Amino acid sequence: MRSRNVCVAILAATSVIAIVLLLAGSPIVRANDQPSAPRADVKIDNFSFGPQTITVPVGATVTWTNRDDIPHTSASTEGVFRSKVMDTDEKFSYTFTKAGTYPYYCTIHPKMTGQVVVK
Amino acid sequence: MANKKHDLIDQNLQDLNNDGVDRRGFLKCMAWAGTGLVWTMSGGVPVSRAFAKNIGKDAGKGADFSFVQISDSHIGFNKPANPDVTATLQVAINKINAMPDKPDFIIHTGDLSQLSKPSEFDTLDQALKGATAKQIYYVPGEHDMLSDNGEQYLQRYGKATKGSGWYSFDHKGVHFVGLVNVANLKAGGMGSLGHDQLEWLEDDLHGRSASTPIVLFAHIPLWTIYPDWGWGTDDSEQALSYVKRFGSVTVLNGHIHQIMQKVEGKVSFHTAMSTAFPQPAPGSAPSAGPMKVPADQLQQVLGITDVNYVISGRSLAIVDSPLATSGS
Repeated sequence: MRSRNVCVAILAATSVIAIVLLLAGSPIVRANDQPSAPRADVKIDNFSFGPQTITVPVGATVTWTNRDDIPHTSASTEGVFRSKVMDTDEKFSYTFTKAGTYPYYCTIHPKMTGQVVVK
Repeated sequence: MANKKHDLIDQNLQDLNNDGVDRRGFLKCMAWAGTGLVWTMSGGVPVSRAFAKNIGKDAGKGADFSFVQISDSHIGFNKPANPDVTATLQVAINKINAMPDKPDFIIHTGDLSQLSKPSEFDTLDQALKGATAKQIYYVPGEHDMLSDNGEQYLQRYGKATKGSGWYSFDHKGVHFVGLVNVANLKAGGMGSLGHDQLEWLEDDLHGRSASTPIVLFAHIPLWTIYPDWGWGTDDSEQALSYVKRFGSVTVLNGHIHQIMQKVEGKVSFHTAMSTAFPQPAPGSAPSAGPMKVPADQLQQVLGITDVNYVISGRSLAIVDSPLATSGS
C-alpha cells in the first residue's frame, strides 16, 4: 500500500516536471504580436528629475520613480497629469497621446521642475 | 543589509533609552553640533552668544511667560536618518515637561506627519497628549497637505482658522500670527503666502499699537535662506512690510531642520531644529534630503526651542536645546 503511494507520488512529480519542461521549451506566441509601445523612465534623485528634459514619441508611457527618502509628486504645470504622492521607490506612469511640450513639477518641492517633449 | 538596519535601530533605541550624556560630553557635543545659542534682545540691540553652562536655566528667569516651539516631527518617517521619529518626539515632550518654568503653550511649526496619513496624525496627537502644556498651536508643513489640499489637517488642527489654516491670537500682550506658506505652491517657486492671506494679514495687524510685540510663525522660512533648495517664501517681503512699524517682531520657522538666525532692523528671524532628523547646511550636500549622522549623535541635532518674553523690559530670549541635554 505504502509503496504504491510512493510510486503515484513519483509519477505525479515526474509529470509536473515534464509539463514544466514542455512549457519552457515551447516558443511563446501571442495572437497580436506588435512592437511594444515606447517607454521611458524619469528617476527622482536628490530632489531633481533625471533627465530633466525627456523626448519621447507619441504614445510613449513615461514612468517616474522616486528614489529619495522624501516623498515627491510629478504634476503637469498645465494640469494635464498629476501623480499621487510617491513615497520612496513608488512609481507613477502617464501615457502621452498628443505631441507637445509638457512642463511638470513636484507640488511638494516646486523648485523641482522638468519637461516631457512628445514628438 | 537587513541586519545592518536592525543594528542601527537597536543602537538608536538604546540611545533613546539612555540619554545620560554627562555635562562635559554634552558641551563637547554642543560644540560639534553648534546648536545651542542664547539670544536676547534689549531695546532693539541683539546679543547672541554661545549656549554655555547654566545659561539655559537663567534665560527664563524674570520672564513674564515662555512658550516652546517644536517643529518637523515627520511622524511616519522610518528611514535610516531616524528609524523611530515617534521616540524622538517623545524625548522632546519629556524635555518640555521637565522645564523648571512651565511654558504657557507649545507652537508646532509644521510637518507634523510624513505623508499626511490619518494614522500619523493619530500618533502625533497621542504623543502630544502627554505634554503638560495643554494648549498647542499649529501651522501646516507641506507634508501635512500632501494629497487632499490640507482638508484633513484643517479638520484636525485648523477648525477656527481662515483659508488654508492661518489665524492670530493674543497672549499676555503679545500678538501671535500663524501663517501658511505651503499651500498652492507654483512650479519653480519657493514657499508662498498668496494674495488672500496677505490681505488678511494686513487687515489683522491694522490698528494695533506699534508697541505690541509681534510673533509670526510659519513652516517655511519667511526669509530667503537658500533659493536653490526652495528655502524661502516668494512673497514674504510683502508680509514683512506690514510688520515694519512694530517695535519688536519675532519670526519663527521650521522646514530646514537646523538653527539659522538673522536680525534685520527690529525683526528677528529664527528657525528651529526638527524632532525627527537633521538636514544639511545650505549647499553642503547634493540635496536637502535627510542627513544621516551616527546614531549616538542624532539627539544632538534634534531639539526644541524655548522662547521667553520679558514684556516690561521689551527683551526676548530664545534658547535652542538639543534633545541630548534632557539627561543633563
